[in-house]
Amino acid sequence: MKEKTLTIALSGNPNSGKTTIFNAITGTRQKVGNWPGVTVEKKEGSIKKFGYHLNIIDLPGTYSLTPFSIEEIIARNFVLDESPDVVVTIIDASNLERSLYLATQIRELDCKVVFALNMADLAQSRGIKIDADKLSQLLDIPVVFTVGNKNEGIDTLLQTIVAFAESGHATSQERRVKYSMDIEKSIADLQVILEQKIEKDLPYNSRWIAIKLIENDKIIKERIVESAAGQTGKEILDATEMIRKHLIDYYDDDPEVVMTDERYGFISGIIKEVVATSTRQRVDISRTIDLVLTNRFFGFPIFIFFIWAMFQLTFSLGSYPMEWIDRGISLFSIFIGAGLPDNLIKDFIIDGIIAGVGSVVVFLPNILILFFCIAIFEDTGYMARAAFLMDRIMHFIGLHGKSFIPMLMGFGCNVPAIMATRTLESKKDRILTILITPFMSCSARLPVFIILAGTFFPNKAGTVIFSLYLLGIVLAVLSGKLFRSTILRGTDAPFVMELPPYRVPMLRSLLIHMWDRSKMFLKRMGSVILIGSVIIWMLSAFPRNIQYSRDYAGELKHIASSYEQVSIEKKGEAIKLLEKKRDDEIARVLKAKQTEETEESFLGGIGKFLAPVFAPIGIDWKGSVALLTGFVAKEIVVSTLGVLYAVDDNVPEALNKALATSGMTPLSALSIMVFVLLYVPCFATVAVIGRETDSAKWAVFSVVYTTLVAWLVSFVIYQGGSLIGVC
Amino acid sequence: MRLSEMKEGQSGLIKNISGNSLLRRRILEMGMTKGSNIYVEKYAPLKDPIELVVKGYHVSLRVEEAAQIEVETIAEGWVPSS
Repeated sequence: MKEKTLTIALSGNPNSGKTTIFNAITGTRQKVGNWPGVTVEKKEGSIKKFGYHLNIIDLPGTYSLTPFSIEEIIARNFVLDESPDVVVTIIDASNLERSLYLATQIRELDCKVVFALNMADLAQSRGIKIDADKLSQLLDIPVVFTVGNKNEGIDTLLQTIVAFAESGHATSQERRVKYSMDIEKSIADLQVILEQKIEKDLPYNSRWIAIKLIENDKIIKERIVESAAGQTGKEILDATEMIRKHLIDYYDDDPEVVMTDERYGFISGIIKEVVATSTRQRVDISRTIDLVLTNRFFGFPIFIFFIWAMFQLTFSLGSYPMEWIDRGISLFSIFIGAGLPDNLIKDFIIDGIIAGVGSVVVFLPNILILFFCIAIFEDTGYMARAAFLMDRIMHFIGLHGKSFIPMLMGFGCNVPAIMATRTLESKKDRILTILITPFMSCSARLPVFIILAGTFFPNKAGTVIFSLYLLGIVLAVLSGKLFRSTILRGTDAPFVMELPPYRVPMLRSLLIHMWDRSKMFLKRMGSVILIGSVIIWMLSAFPRNIQYSRDYAGELKHIASSYEQVSIEKKGEAIKLLEKKRDDEIARVLKAKQTEETEESFLGGIGKFLAPVFAPIGIDWKGSVALLTGFVAKEIVVSTLGVLYAVDDNVPEALNKALATSGMTPLSALSIMVFVLLYVPCFATVAVIGRETDSAKWAVFSVVYTTLVAWLVSFVIYQGGSLIGVC
Repeated sequence: MRLSEMKEGQSGLIKNISGNSLLRRRILEMGMTKGSNIYVEKYAPLKDPIELVVKGYHVSLRVEEAAQIEVETIAEGWVPSS
């Protein structure tokens, strides 16, 4: 017999322990993806239990179902349109009153609801005793006690869900929020109008539609217009407007505000009946912790320490495995290379594919550690405190306090930083943070600064590099203000944020969190970055049939044969010396060949083609080729310069010397550095911007905007510097 | 007086909430309804936002948002139970 499938949705407030219960039910059998069209995480898991196939969907944590934020719209639409068999509402028992607000809204949807009173042990230790039977009776809803982090009550919950889904229990029409007389009358009037005007089936129950129309719910208004034929939609909306006007006159306030008030009134009635609070005062651990962590004097130093620690862990500790991966990849390509004949396919596999895959995998240690740290911040409740501390500063750019962490991570690597914006709830905040994060100078830009500043500003290298970092921050702030007042206009969402009690994080949930996000990075980014790397490789490797200006093959042959001749008479030390001389000469010739190949490649062609664009900012065609290759990863700028200036790898500081004698002035070096600081983040960053904003539009915008800013700032610096005669 | 004028450790009763409809509804939905007890736990180190205790849980509001809430201070200091 085929097993029956039940769809179960988990709803609840943020911090209600919803994710813990989801993990307890599904274990590791869960899938993480995105809700269609948005970058809100969607978690799903399926298990077999009691002969049923249970499909569990974790809805986004919300405080209400009023469709203001994406999360609320997703949660509500899922319940409305996917009609899950049962909706479980996880209720934080020590926060019953506020939790019931969401619960009553879900109850109004007339779906099958089961309450899970979570963390009742904690509530009891606080002196809150809840009469579950009474609650169940008052709302006509099954109520189960659970302790998610101890795995208690999970089986009972599942049993209740299955039994309830199979029962023909019709939800009582009586045991739900009753509004005051005038509102109830308006609801009834509108219900009649709806049922008369729309002949076919109404999309949802008529009472609920009437309530939402009176609350001026835009989404429901649109749906009514869609489902009503011809003029009827407009007629219904007109009737609604009349009723709303009447109510506004009567209450001297918006009906939605009055109704919110009345729902809380209904809830406080329930609370009086089911909750017994003993008056004994006890020490509240969270408050005690906050006496230190959000303290006027210690709050910031401690916060800075935590951030410093996270930064150190991510980028210093992470650099070891990164190095191993790097070494592993180069060993692997040597191993593969040894088995292949020297030809185009070998180049393609090694320089195109393996190098491309390597450039993705190499980020993994950073990302794993960073997301582990962020999971700790989130699961303990510290993230909300960080936002509380930083909000005053971030609000200046029009951002939420939480935006600080992703921006700061940008100094390490923009890729995980942009992924960290997932902690922001408002979509506009997220896009704004994503757009300005690339101005945070990532660690890959540092090698470029070190070489150029070290060569051209030997005595002031530190100051120059520091000023560059500062310039990045200033431009991030200015861009933030600019975007906030133009393309991402609008007041930032109300800050109203819960400061949840501190909790000891569960290792399992930290690991699940970390792994889910890292897996997403590998899956979704891998292919994009790989393709990008292959394209760049092709541009630099083709065309193959270059008319060389010198006879490199002949020169190499000549070196080899002259060595053969001379070496016959020599022995011991002298042979070694000769060998070294021969190898150096071969390297020099090969380098010259490589330089010419790069110059003649498509990439070199593009560089030369773009030279007139870079001329006004003091960058020659070699610089522009280097900047183009920097699109793969910014540190490549250094190695491209090395190739173009035919630098001998064996001589220390050879690039410095080559650059110093290349005719590049300190001013144009500064111009290149500023350009590197500001222009298009690397390919991986562009790909991640596209993924996280879920639109190619923002990725393209970011590329164009940053490059434009880079050019303009470099122009001002170069031309301004030339004018006042700095160099 | 306005909520934003209250000092740390003071308690009050919410009398009225003004401001735009979105903000008002958010504040209400988080349980800060008329007649609720409210306790000012602390101001952030940079004096903005404010941490409050309402309905037994902690919530923070920006000062500009708190300025939309009219309160009546309670002479007898009400200490939140949580």
